[in-house]
Amino acid sequence: MEIKGENYNVSYDENTCTVNFSGALRLTGLKDYGHILNLLNNTADKEPSKIILNLQELNFLNSSGISMLSKFVIGMRKRKSIQVIVLGSRQIPWQGKSLKNLQRLMPGLTLELQ
Amino acid sequence: MIFLGDGIIVIQIFSKFLENLFNQEQIEKAQIFGCFVEKPTNQEHLTLRFAPSAIPIHKRWRNNGLSADFVANYLCTFFAENHSKNTQNNRHLEVKSAVSYVANELFENAMKYCDEKASYPITFHVQLEKDKIFLFIDNSVIPARAEKFKVFIKELLNSDPNELYIEQLEKNAEEENTTSSGLGFITMITDYSAKLAWKFQTIEQSSPVMTVTTMVELPV
Repeated sequence: MEIKGENYNVSYDENTCTVNFSGALRLTGLKDYGHILNLLNNTADKEPSKIILNLQELNFLNSSGISMLSKFVIGMRKRKSIQVIVLGSRQIPWQGKSLKNLQRLMPGLTLELQ
Repeated sequence: MIFLGDGIIVIQIFSKFLENLFNQEQIEKAQIFGCFVEKPTNQEHLTLRFAPSAIPIHKRWRNNGLSADFVANYLCTFFAENHSKNTQNNRHLEVKSAVSYVANELFENAMKYCDEKASYPITFHVQLEKDKIFLFIDNSVIPARAEKFKVFIKELLNSDPNELYIEQLEKNAEEENTTSSGLGFITMITDYSAKLAWKFQTIEQSSPVMTVTTMVELPV
């Protein structure tokens, strides 16, 4: 599964249960993030033991994108059998500031900033 | 000749009187929320102006990111670059990232919520001060929407932003079709320590236009 936009790419690697995000995501609103949210939810529907969200190449995410990621994470609280891991980068300032909020929404989420 | 000269003085005084009266009316009509600072223009500053009705919003959307990145790149020139991998020690990168995020949210909001029928431009202004950056965006707003926006602003200014952040996201997660959550403004406060203020005015042109200026003060 892969979604390509003008400045971004979101793809799912089934072997590593990893959704890789790259580029800059600035879609118009939560509704426009529907296809990415669907990709994430479809991944969860396969009931893997873990889902890794790899954001280490995602240079920019607007507030609608934060809303989309949060919506997915809130939905994952009910699926206790799936471990959610978020990989971020300390070299991308927004990630150090904003990703910790995902843990506030889902305390069981693992956040690794490298 | 003397009469003419006096006449000019009288006209000047009268016009000054009218100008003061007009400004007074503007002040009375303005409604301020938060600690709004009027745009100073003596320091390093940059102004961008757009005509929102010139092309459809979906065609214009990509310009929000381009403009925000341009402004961020422009401003970070004034902050020394170091090559620390830890971003907290790298003000150059920190400023660039913060300005890019805040400016992009301001452009997105103005494009989405301006009154396209008003023929009123969107004006963005960024001002560099000694230890802070001021960002302003001025745009028209449909009066009914402005009233809803004021309710949100009052809630934002009177709440714990960290609690409001979680509340809004939980609410978004339950609703299927969320159009506006104010999350951009909340994250500016929670993630970037910004201070926000707004000024609503009614501008008299051929037909009155309601406008809102959003001010963001970013510590640097």
